[in-house]
Amino acid sequence: MRSNRDRLIAFVMLLPSLILVGIFVYGFITQAIQTSMTDWGQNPEQPPLAANVVKSFVGLQNYQNIMTDTLEFTFRNSLINTFFFTVFFVLGCVVAGLLLALLLDQNVKGEAFFRTVFLFPMALSFVVTGTIWRWMLQPNGGINILPQALLGLPPIQFTWINNRDVWLPFEWGNVPMYVTMLGIAILAFMAINYALSRRWRATQYAVIAAVVVLLIFLARLWDFIWLPLDTPEAETPIAPKGFNAALIGIIIAAVWQMSGYTMAMFIAGIRGVPEELREAARVDGCSEIDVYRRIVLPQLNPIILSAMIVLGHISLKIFDLVFAMAGPDNAKTVVPGLLVYTEGFRENAFAKASAIAVIMLFFVAVIIVPYLWSQLRQSSQER
Amino acid sequence: MKKRLLLISLLVLTFAFVGAVRAQDLSGQLEIFSWWAGDEGPALEALIALYNSQNPGVEVINATVTGGSGVNARAVLKTRMLGGTPPDTFQVHAGEELTGTWVVADRMEDLSDLYASEGWNEAFPADLIDLLTVDGGIYSVPVNIHRSNVLWYNPAKIAEWGVTVPATWDEFLAACPTFQEAGVIPLVVGEAWTVNHLWESVALGVLGADGWNGIWTGETAPAGEEMLGVWNKFNEVLACSNLGADSAGLSWQQAIDKVVAGEAAFNIMGDWAAGYMTTTLGLEPGTGFGFAAAPGTAGTFMWLSDSFGLPVGAPNVDNTIAWLKVLGSVEGQNAFNPLKGSIPARVDAVSAAPELYNAYLQSAAADWGSNRLVGSLVHGVAANERFMGDFNTVMEVFVASRSAEASANAMAAVCITSGACGG
Repeated sequence: MRSNRDRLIAFVMLLPSLILVGIFVYGFITQAIQTSMTDWGQNPEQPPLAANVVKSFVGLQNYQNIMTDTLEFTFRNSLINTFFFTVFFVLGCVVAGLLLALLLDQNVKGEAFFRTVFLFPMALSFVVTGTIWRWMLQPNGGINILPQALLGLPPIQFTWINNRDVWLPFEWGNVPMYVTMLGIAILAFMAINYALSRRWRATQYAVIAAVVVLLIFLARLWDFIWLPLDTPEAETPIAPKGFNAALIGIIIAAVWQMSGYTMAMFIAGIRGVPEELREAARVDGCSEIDVYRRIVLPQLNPIILSAMIVLGHISLKIFDLVFAMAGPDNAKTVVPGLLVYTEGFRENAFAKASAIAVIMLFFVAVIIVPYLWSQLRQSSQER
Repeated sequence: MKKRLLLISLLVLTFAFVGAVRAQDLSGQLEIFSWWAGDEGPALEALIALYNSQNPGVEVINATVTGGSGVNARAVLKTRMLGGTPPDTFQVHAGEELTGTWVVADRMEDLSDLYASEGWNEAFPADLIDLLTVDGGIYSVPVNIHRSNVLWYNPAKIAEWGVTVPATWDEFLAACPTFQEAGVIPLVVGEAWTVNHLWESVALGVLGADGWNGIWTGETAPAGEEMLGVWNKFNEVLACSNLGADSAGLSWQQAIDKVVAGEAAFNIMGDWAAGYMTTTLGLEPGTGFGFAAAPGTAGTFMWLSDSFGLPVGAPNVDNTIAWLKVLGSVEGQNAFNPLKGSIPARVDAVSAAPELYNAYLQSAAADWGSNRLVGSLVHGVAANERFMGDFNTVMEVFVASRSAEASANAMAAVCITSGACGG
């Protein structure tokens, strides 16, 4: 009886937040998906801001447009930008955070002071960070004239956010190839791993075979999807695609802001390693470097994972930093979040903006959902 | 429909009573939504002070959202209108930004009766009223006029370099190597929108007023021979600029600073630049800074205008009508414009108080009364917001490819999706 009453009370207590989340999160997600499948703002006959605007269902037309229309290359460039930004931002934060944490773990004097200093940028908003770095990365000032001011060396010529260079060129048509290569690399890694541990089982063979078949099939399918897309762009060489050098300045600013956060996580993780473990390793004749390599770092793996999840979803949704540093109209640094704003509220193309927002949600979900899933499973197993 | 009838009858009643009812009898609130904060705040304050002196019973709520040319304010306004809580009146660029966004959406009240009763049909130029009119209804009251096609320079430096101010783009291109050899940027541009701003002056210079208007009526083909000429000329002009060097990081003020400092020879910018140079930098028009119509556009005035209208469902209609009357009066226009650094939209306002206007504004006002008038694209007059936004994509195609054909084709495609180019 008692447990039933407890459950009822718990349910009643949770109800308000369930209702709010239901309306303001899941309700609006549903509405965005619904809007993205209409022609709101796409039909010149229907003024998008009219009170009684007719929104007709068009299925996946908007998605197809932004993926394939020649003039929608801005959206596809924003996807490429997000990819490179995420990779370098997460990598930069993890490496810089780890380095700072390891340095602070050396019993330096005034450790608390340095910890605060490194953590402090996180207290700023991205808009403040963006404005500061925008000034510092002016082509004719800021850090470009720093070597000149300090050492009398010639100033740096790099134009940062103004830069129009494209590095690591990339073609959508090659995506199947990249996917296949990635699949082969994963398979090779798995094969070596299994060979070393000698734990081959029939099911694993089956899984590997299935993955190979799926990858080949996917590669064919992607071929089919992507190749027609590349033809019009090949005819009118609009813009080279790849890693835009203009992003470097934004990545630096983002890493500057968030590496203190990873540092704090790593310090907590390092402090969580029992001193006995380290002592035992030292007694066994382990050098200090090996103590970190073999004892401390392996214990940090779950922290690295959660740092990557947190940073990953920040970078996929980034808006304010890019808006403050490069403005919404700099085509070289465009990200999906900015496009949702400009397409929706400047051009009144609400359906198109919703489609972009839904694609953003999809990418964030791809990162977050497996993580939440594994966390839930872990906690239910512990119980 | 019923609501509409009610409002119309309410308007009629208002006009009927206007003569009889004393202005002081108005009470309640008036919410004015605009992006005039910061430098432009005092000009709006002057208008509000004038309004309050005539209507002391009304509490004015000055709702501003900062951001140049309303980039942020427009987004906030759209959420309010879609949410069904319009302000009493809001600032909007005259032209397509008003008609193509709000009037076609049936969100604005017709003000043609107010125009008739206040005699505004004669006070404002017909070319201007045309762009506020849809199917016979007039939908907003213009407060000020800015000019887009102005070439700015530093007279002392121009004399020092021994060049004349170019009257055509070909003259400019001929003078370009002289500047480059002297280590001076011939034409300075700033962040993305200032490049679009330059484009409209180049296009007007190449096409002429009729050709420019033809883009929006369908008479000038967006991918035709003439437009290819515009893009080719634009390409040559940009080769004489700082585009790609440090342009993307420069605000329009910083671009003007380079002209004032002599690091750059010319800049094309709207005449808010005159306000910046006289008020903020303390320069005298004519001696501290020089101005001319953009090359090839003498005799044509490419304008943009801020205006206020009456949205459907505004809570305080009477107070708003009184506000619009203040805006459209000679007194109101002369209170606002000298502080804003713009000229009155009324052709008879400057002559009523010429001492309020400096040398630049007087010359602009003279041109406003005599020149051929065409609407600006970048500032919301000539094309709808869809086209304006997609034009950034066209410009990116151009900057990346430097191909006139690719850009013209892209523009033709944008013309179709936005429906902005007539036909």
